[in-house]
Amino acid sequence: MLNARRSLFLGSMVAAAILVTGCGKEEPKPAAKAVGAPKTEPLKVAFAYVGPVGDGGWTFAHDTGRKEAEKEFGDRIKTSYVENVPESADAERVIRDMATQGNKLIFGTTFGYMEPMLKVATEFKDVKFEHATGYKTADNMRAYDVRAYEGAYVAGIIAGKMTKTNTLGFVASIPIPEVVRNINAYTLGAQSVNPKVKTKVVWVNKWFDPGKESEAATALINGGADVLLQNTDSSAVLQTAEKMGKLAFGWDSNMTAYGPKAHLASAIINWAPYYKKAIGEALKGSWKVETNWWGMKEGAIDVIAIGEMVPQDVKKMAEEKKAEIKEGKFNVWTGPLVGNDGKEVLAKDAKGDDKFIAGIMFYVRGVEGKVPSNK
Amino acid sequence: MLRLEARPIPSTLMGYAAPVIALLATVVFGSILFATLGKNPVAGLTVFFITPLETVRGLTEVGLKMVPLLLCALGLALCYRSNVWNIGAEGQLVVGGIVAGGVALLASPASIPGYFLLVLLAGMAGGMAWAAITAWLRDSFNANEILVSLMLSYVGGLLLLYLVNGPWKDPKGFNFPYSKTFDAVAMVPKLVPGTRLTWGIVIAFLALVVIWIFVARSKAGFRLQVAGHAPLAARFAGFSAREGIWMSLLICGALAGLAGALEVAGPLGQLTPQFSSGYGFAAIIVAWLGRLHPGGCVFAAFVMALIYIGGELSQSRLGLPAAITGVFQGMLLLSLLTADTFIHYRLRRV
Repeated sequence: MLNARRSLFLGSMVAAAILVTGCGKEEPKPAAKAVGAPKTEPLKVAFAYVGPVGDGGWTFAHDTGRKEAEKEFGDRIKTSYVENVPESADAERVIRDMATQGNKLIFGTTFGYMEPMLKVATEFKDVKFEHATGYKTADNMRAYDVRAYEGAYVAGIIAGKMTKTNTLGFVASIPIPEVVRNINAYTLGAQSVNPKVKTKVVWVNKWFDPGKESEAATALINGGADVLLQNTDSSAVLQTAEKMGKLAFGWDSNMTAYGPKAHLASAIINWAPYYKKAIGEALKGSWKVETNWWGMKEGAIDVIAIGEMVPQDVKKMAEEKKAEIKEGKFNVWTGPLVGNDGKEVLAKDAKGDDKFIAGIMFYVRGVEGKVPSNK
Repeated sequence: MLRLEARPIPSTLMGYAAPVIALLATVVFGSILFATLGKNPVAGLTVFFITPLETVRGLTEVGLKMVPLLLCALGLALCYRSNVWNIGAEGQLVVGGIVAGGVALLASPASIPGYFLLVLLAGMAGGMAWAAITAWLRDSFNANEILVSLMLSYVGGLLLLYLVNGPWKDPKGFNFPYSKTFDAVAMVPKLVPGTRLTWGIVIAFLALVVIWIFVARSKAGFRLQVAGHAPLAARFAGFSAREGIWMSLLICGALAGLAGALEVAGPLGQLTPQFSSGYGFAAIIVAWLGRLHPGGCVFAAFVMALIYIGGELSQSRLGLPAAITGVFQGMLLLSLLTADTFIHYRLRRV
């Protein structure tokens, strides 16, 4: 017994030794390959995610972008990520650790990383920081965002045609302009084909909380809504609609698989073009501080996987609107635009510029209730 | 058939050894887990338990993470020793952070030096007030403190959301639900310059000493525990069970509130919708892992902080999923509970 155990122990020692020497042999031999250009160290790129990569929505979309960038640049870059990083004091530690680990380009993909990232950015001047959906920048930190409202508008067109109760539901996350914009765009899109449409909103105050998202969806459906959209990060709303026999959309990523019977379409974010641009610039040395706000035109936003239950003419309307937005012929924020308090916000034919869009904190006519805390 | 049979005298020695055994078991199962995930177990364990401690920065980060865990666990351990099942340290921490944040927002560069002490006191008062609701409902209406304190945690979270979305929202913040950043005088000074570690860790250890003396040496501490464990005996001796409820909850509230204040006026410097990352709940594990003993809580808070940070590092260094943190915490708690079971029972073949 003792012998058997010892020989097992010895055996594992031998195995370990082989493993170690084996690894030694696999070490690259720089002398053999150093004929062409000297091989440079790959650019290390890190991503901090607020949710799990398997959320099927927001974080999944970012991670898909990361993988595509990795495919594009091959061994010129090396990427890593940390998922489920809370928007608390933890974020700063994670982001700083990424910088100390030699990452030269760091992406933070949620608003709550703005202050922590700023703090780390002042410390690591040679590292470039990219913050999604924020507004503060520094010498080595820039902001990027997407015009998700374009997708919400097109989804609204489909919703306006598909609703039987003329009541849409929206599961909203945190009351910031980005989310309020999407509620409005969804409603405006629907009203463009069905003026009777009203939108009910439930706020869950979280980006990723499938339980709460699902409860909110149930509440909306019980309140008469029959076509749901969400600005949260998981597929819970779609799954709830599927269970309760209503219709819904995918958001951020293609969510068809989560509710094939309920899934009208997915308003997706394609982060790959931006990540390729940013990493490419960092590699070339042309990276500079700017604010990038990409939409359908740049290929960052799309509405895809329109379901079988959507009639051909509705599908055509959606596709046409997409083409118009892509060509710059259509602006979602075109007057007359009236707030749900009855006040005119944009006069007829006036167009909202980016400054206007960035500050949208009111509901348009047809959305029920008030934006939380907007007194 | 196997059956669990109560041991006549549970071993005291094993009672203290159990957390260590549980930690070792976690390491063993962790190694197996790493191996099945295709990672070298030695490398995995190194990243988890050694890498976070290799640099000054790493050590300070572990220390920073320990502060709220330790403070909440000290308070909870006291409650549990008094047989008061407070699981609402999270809410007490959050409300402490809110009140501290409110005081911190009033600060200006003209405020008196040492203003941060007011911020910390405010945090303690906030946490105490929140815990007092639970104490009052239990004392006056015999309401179950488990439910009340848990539910009040959610109420505290919603109160925070209301404030950062409403009256305390930074007017220049593009409507994002964050308060203004606090003035420097309201912030807890740094202990190690250039890192995020504040004097909070010193305050936490001071609290530890005070609680330790209170539990082990003071009459009030003794009364508290007797009232908890043997209410009848306590009544015979003229000790009040009501006193136990109030005192343990108020002390726990003060400590948890202090933890919240140290968090918002420490590494964060502003009120944010989720400033806590669940320390009040994690501290329940810390308190049990620490055998409800102040000294044990230090060990347990250290291990928990390490697992949090090690989990992050194993993501960035080894490409492991975030769930690894939860799995390690789960393994640790399960091992401890198993060890506890075998301290009190033995397996008998029937």
